[in-house]
Amino acid sequence: MSERQISEESRPRLAAHRRLKFDAARNSWTIQAPERVFLLDEIAHAIVSRCDGKKTLRQIVDELCATFEAPREVVAGDVQKLVQDFAGKGVIAP
Amino acid sequence: MNGIAPPLALLAELTHRCPLQCPYCSNPLALDRARDELETETWLRVLTEAAALGCLQVHFSGGEPTARRDLETLVKQAADCGLYANLITSGVLLDEARLARLVDAGLEHVQLSFQDSHDAGADRIAGFAGHRKKVDIAGKIRATGLPLTANFVVHRQNLANLESMIALGTALGAERIEIAHVQYYGWALRNRAALIPTRDELADATALVERERARLAGKVVIDYVVPDYYAKRPKACMGGWGRRFLNISPSGKVLPCHAAESIPDLVFENVRERSLAAIWENSDAFNRFRGTVWMREPCRSCERAEIDWGGCRCQAFALTASAANTDPACALSPDHGRINELAAAESAGPAPPLIYRRHSN
Repeated sequence: MSERQISEESRPRLAAHRRLKFDAARNSWTIQAPERVFLLDEIAHAIVSRCDGKKTLRQIVDELCATFEAPREVVAGDVQKLVQDFAGKGVIAP
Repeated sequence: MNGIAPPLALLAELTHRCPLQCPYCSNPLALDRARDELETETWLRVLTEAAALGCLQVHFSGGEPTARRDLETLVKQAADCGLYANLITSGVLLDEARLARLVDAGLEHVQLSFQDSHDAGADRIAGFAGHRKKVDIAGKIRATGLPLTANFVVHRQNLANLESMIALGTALGAERIEIAHVQYYGWALRNRAALIPTRDELADATALVERERARLAGKVVIDYVVPDYYAKRPKACMGGWGRRFLNISPSGKVLPCHAAESIPDLVFENVRERSLAAIWENSDAFNRFRGTVWMREPCRSCERAEIDWGGCRCQAFALTASAANTDPACALSPDHGRINELAAAESAGPAPPLIYRRHSN
């Protein structure tokens, strides 16, 4: 898996045939993917739901800083880590 | 809910009919007949119930699921109720037009099986001349934009071609390659001596998979299933009995795993008679080996009880005559040494002729 930093100018999106779905039975957001399911916590959902292929990583970080009133370097680190992880698993196209 | 967590996925075995005759067939010894298969309306209801119960995925499987003419209708129902639809197929009955209809219906992913890396070997193992057709349909699947998993079942008669199998999967554009050593239940158990590799052959294969994983990192995911007989710890079969999966047989029996009918004293309820939720939560077959209360030693006091869940119930029954025993794949099982010896002896001897799986037998 690529350990390269994903550029703040990239516009991540869910890869094809990955579905973001709210699961009422578990009261949790999920990603449905080929032969896998990922359960998302609140932070992961906040990040993934903004990966729409239009917003840049920089804009996503800015939005989350405002929403969660958290320092930019902390949010940027979390976003970078999660997007890289999901890119490695083929869930997000960076 | 009465404290029982909802299932993650439904394995829908639409039919036991299949043109292939693989000697490691995972369907039960007694196959459901075509005339006993669930009718379309019942499957439609069951898919709705599965989604309501908390299933997130449905794996349409078989036999050969494309032998069912109503597959498109079932895929559409799955998609409409939010189930992620996966097709597990040999591909030999598929063509471009059918594939297009399945994609229109909402199919999300295809897992395509191969028996070897080249047609002579693959067709010999399958007992059917289908390898070229599979290669061709793989290209057509990728052309639709659907993600593809290439599945290779491996054993002593094709393990020497492992590298070219991975090369084939990669060349076909698979984003995931599954290398699965044969698991010896049901029909495969009859062919164990013809299929089980030696410990050295297994070690070589495992090392090759590790090298290929590193080489293909970020491009192709390789999932690897090792044969139980050489393991130290058993696999957490189905992620634990009645924890994550339910399997519906072609005739509507609800099973905790596809091989569960090999355990003779379990009675499986049918979706024709009871709701899926009632069967998942309250049936004897699901509750018998759920959690850890049923466990004997060495499982009962084991720190891995909730990691391995005792291993595989069907294998415990097949090799020790009691489904409540520890899976002998576990080094802590008193039967572990015996199965190691069996594996060593059979894999070192000459391979007996394959006993093919025909729908008539």
